Amino acid sequence: MEQILEVSHLSVRFAKVAVLRDLSFRVARGTSLAILGPNAAGKTVLFRALIGAIPFEGGVQWAPGTRIGYVPQKLDLERDIPVTGLDFLRARAALARKSDAILSQTLGLVGVPREAAEQPIGTLSGGQFQRLLVAFALVGNPNVLLLDEPTAGVDEAGQERLNELVRRLQMEQGLTVLFISHELSVVYQYADNVLCLSPERVCIGPPKAVLTPDLLRELYGTPIGYHVHDR
Amino acid sequence: MTGDALLLAVGMSVAAGLVGCFAVMRRMALAGDALSHVALPGIGVALALHIHPIFGAAAMLFFGALLVWALEERARVATETIIGVVFSAALAGGSMMTSGEDLIEALFGGAGILSWPEIAFGLAAAAAVVVFVFTQRNRLIVMLVSPDVARTAGVNVRLLNLLYLQTFALTTALGLRYLGVLLMGALIIIPPATAKRLAGSLSAMLITAVAVAVFATVTGSYLAAWLHRETGPLIVSVAAACFLLSLLRR
Repeated sequence: MEQILEVSHLSVRFAKVAVLRDLSFRVARGTSLAILGPNAAGKTVLFRALIGAIPFEGGVQWAPGTRIGYVPQKLDLERDIPVTGLDFLRARAALARKSDAILSQTLGLVGVPREAAEQPIGTLSGGQFQRLLVAFALVGNPNVLLLDEPTAGVDEAGQERLNELVRRLQMEQGLTVLFISHELSVVYQYADNVLCLSPERVCIGPPKAVLTPDLLRELYGTPIGYHVHDR
Repeated sequence: MTGDALLLAVGMSVAAGLVGCFAVMRRMALAGDALSHVALPGIGVALALHIHPIFGAAAMLFFGALLVWALEERARVATETIIGVVFSAALAGGSMMTSGEDLIEALFGGAGILSWPEIAFGLAAAAAVVVFVFTQRNRLIVMLVSPDVARTAGVNVRLLNLLYLQTFALTTALGLRYLGVLLMGALIIIPPATAKRLAGSLSAMLITAVAVAVFATVTGSYLAAWLHRETGPLIVSVAAACFLLSLLRR
């Protein structure tokens, strides 16, 4: 299967602290990779290295023609910033040389009402803003999505909708998805492979093969109970 | 006020309103204000060398913006400390290099007679600032919300940041004639801060900030001529009055 991403011997340090050490893995085009690990394991740092936002040692090789849509975990925005959701999406559409016609369709996909998108982004709820970020990523017509806890702060119905949307895009458009999640049920349901990050060890493979009770206890330092849903 | 002076003042105000909107939203109001102080030693050197002060100020602002850009790559607390030290030292050094009427005019601005190089530089710089903001507006919006997201949208964040800071420095140079090194930062910050309170969208904020900046500059300049005072303090006072009025709106 064709590889869309190859990471080799990736290390990231902040001052003298190593956050990621000698990490190597590959991602096949059209598959989904969940990144799992306790807090401070370097999951978000890994994403920031993959998009070239921070300096690193080692190699990050994306296949030619890769278009990344990135949904960060949370953003520190002032509440009174007078930039509306539509201002934000229009800016992305203009950069991608697309007409505004795509905006209504994308807002419908992620379930953000147009009236909400006309409000300043600082006044949107956490869940609405998260969906807006997903819409922003989709306007750029990506073939890879990097989702850093995309459903954090989203209500249960919204979570289901976003997860299903990503799954559908993956099936219909062959999208490659890398997502960070702490929810094991979501990882089992939507990930083809899982990358476990912890200061002690790194492992990668299909969820059912990798996520053993022993490994979860080792990752999180406490026994983790879970129930596997079939797709 | 002559026609040339009015045109230059309006051009400067439009540039200040546009650039300031992004400065206020990026929370760099204090860094931007401190940056304007670095122009003073440039004015001192230019006067000593008998060249037009605007060129000395513009050169120093260029290097000041480069310094802020380089420091922004580092930790935030260290940046603010270094900006505070370096730019205050520049103000102190520049004050020692300039004296008498020249110092007062450099600090607070003055009407004076405009020279052709000044008019040509001013109009060209104002046009460059307007063109920059309108051509880079979409990139600036995305970078404002998240530099990481902007990177994945194809924005060269480091380069855009550098260009924005240089545009900010150029706008500061534009306003030195009317507001001086101590007060130009205020014209870049107060009208957009007023507009931020009143506007509900980015376009509305840009238009309101420009309107307040032009109103403050023209009204302040006429008041200065009428009251025989320096222009800078009156322009900033009018802008500050607009901001106070905006607080009435909940």
